[in-house]
Amino acid sequence: MSIDLKTIKHISKLSRISVDEKRAQKLAGDLNSIFDFIEKLNELKTDNVKPLTSVAVTTLRLRPDEVKSKNIREQIVKNSPQDNEDYFVVPKVIE
Amino acid sequence: MSDITKQSLTELVKNIKSKKLSSTDVTKAFIERSEKSKELNAYITEDFKSALNKAKKFDQKPNLDLKLPGIPMAVKDLFCTKNIKTTAGSKILNNFVPTYESTVTENIWNEGAILLGKLNCDEFAMGSSNETSFFGNVQNPIDKNLVPGGSSGGSASAVAGQLTPITIGTDTGGSIRQPASFTGIVGLKPTYGSCSRYGIVAFASSLDQAGPMAQNVKDCALLQEVISSYDPKDSTSIDFKRNQYSKELTNNIKGKKIGIPKEYRVDGMPKEIEDLWQKGIQYVKDCGAETVDISLPHTSYALPTYYIVAPAEASSNLARYDGVKYGFRAKGENLIDMYEKTRSEGFGAEVQRRIMIGTYVLSSGYYDAYYLKAQKVRKLIKNDFDDAYKKVDAILTPSTPSSAFKIGEKTDDPVSMYLNDIFTVPVNLAGLPGISIPAGHDSNGYPLGLQIIGKAFDEQNILNIAFAMEEKINFKNKITDWWIK
Repeated sequence: MSIDLKTIKHISKLSRISVDEKRAQKLAGDLNSIFDFIEKLNELKTDNVKPLTSVAVTTLRLRPDEVKSKNIREQIVKNSPQDNEDYFVVPKVIE
Repeated sequence: MSDITKQSLTELVKNIKSKKLSSTDVTKAFIERSEKSKELNAYITEDFKSALNKAKKFDQKPNLDLKLPGIPMAVKDLFCTKNIKTTAGSKILNNFVPTYESTVTENIWNEGAILLGKLNCDEFAMGSSNETSFFGNVQNPIDKNLVPGGSSGGSASAVAGQLTPITIGTDTGGSIRQPASFTGIVGLKPTYGSCSRYGIVAFASSLDQAGPMAQNVKDCALLQEVISSYDPKDSTSIDFKRNQYSKELTNNIKGKKIGIPKEYRVDGMPKEIEDLWQKGIQYVKDCGAETVDISLPHTSYALPTYYIVAPAEASSNLARYDGVKYGFRAKGENLIDMYEKTRSEGFGAEVQRRIMIGTYVLSSGYYDAYYLKAQKVRKLIKNDFDDAYKKVDAILTPSTPSSAFKIGEKTDDPVSMYLNDIFTVPVNLAGLPGISIPAGHDSNGYPLGLQIIGKAFDEQNILNIAFAMEEKINFKNKITDWWIK
């Protein structure tokens, strides 16, 4: 198989990473060589194999839904890239 | 004592406990050496002033019952440290200050250790040479312009170069064991679920594990004892009985059965690696263990499987970096444009490549062909190990297919870079513990490592085997201090 520029544009949109023409060309080359290498898996017949989703043989535990951290809002908001006292600010969404 | 930084962790702990050294003496010595070692570029963030204050405070009222009393330690910059910048080697987290502490580092500080600083690593732990870090290459103390391996390259360089007595790294596909092998130190990847993932910047959640990187096996066992704990904050943390690894450490491995998997003899593997492996086989026999030829038939499928599973999980984990709540943000015309530019400018090339691979294999129409297929092959790889462990107690392999390479040598070809992890990746896919110990040198004098793979939760056994082999090997790392003017 071969990953063309159109596919790269599509993946880039899904990944929310903008790529220009030059980057797209380079990515297409890289991804094709990586997928050539991945194709090796098709040598194996796996119809009757159960997929392994986790190596940890535990069932997920339940816990009470309690608030554990106190008064860290200020610290959390401080990490926001755009200064604001109370909220996270993003570019205008609704016209 | 002028040679404080040459002492092992075990010696330092003993000297602090017997009051021959103070925490201040030790902390000062490592800070001074770190200051003289800027050329290695091992640190991303230094916290020396505060480390010295903590050491002085420790000395005023020393609690000598702790396991790491007043021991200074730098850690990989993938562990969240409360109020200390944590970057994961990425521009996108360049200014991120966590409001919480990772469980693993908290366990370390609770035993009396003191943070020296945060160590360089490949961006989001994606790399095998530390060359993908936004903060630049790390030099290998073994030789100038040699990579230290990756992703825990800063950690490996800092231990081998004696900038920290010991450290922790993380290992998703070999990121502790490969750099340990490249720098002549010991590195342990514990069983999945042994060390909490809470507060570690996530790469591939079903594979990531934290582990110790040390000068010797005993130090490694001591730190593993400290960091391994059951943690309700990590949903995959496993509640099992943990050993006192350093206290229970023994070189008696008589009668142990050690498997030698024929599939690890790969095409094009240098003769030096084969010879090293044969030497390793002789060492375990000399220790009274028995070697058994085994087969792990799906070994060659591990790397392709890994390059579906790991990027898939990464693409999902890294979706959170959108420039809204923390980290770097680029200017955009609207919200979507802001997201796309932030991620394009904030992530480096390797991280973007892996997010794209992951997005593609999870996308509609391709999920079954790639992701589901990989999960099935992952099952076959795990079955291989389960079958082998019916016959043997542990498995011995080389750690890497080559010694350390030059900076820039493999950056143009992602697949050749990925092949570095050919012997380490299967262990992560199966969730098993693996340890790399230095076992010899190549013709350039660069270190080579051997890997011992254990059954799940059997860290004590592989530490014991490593301990017994270490005595026989009697490895001496050749550090010339070339970077100190």
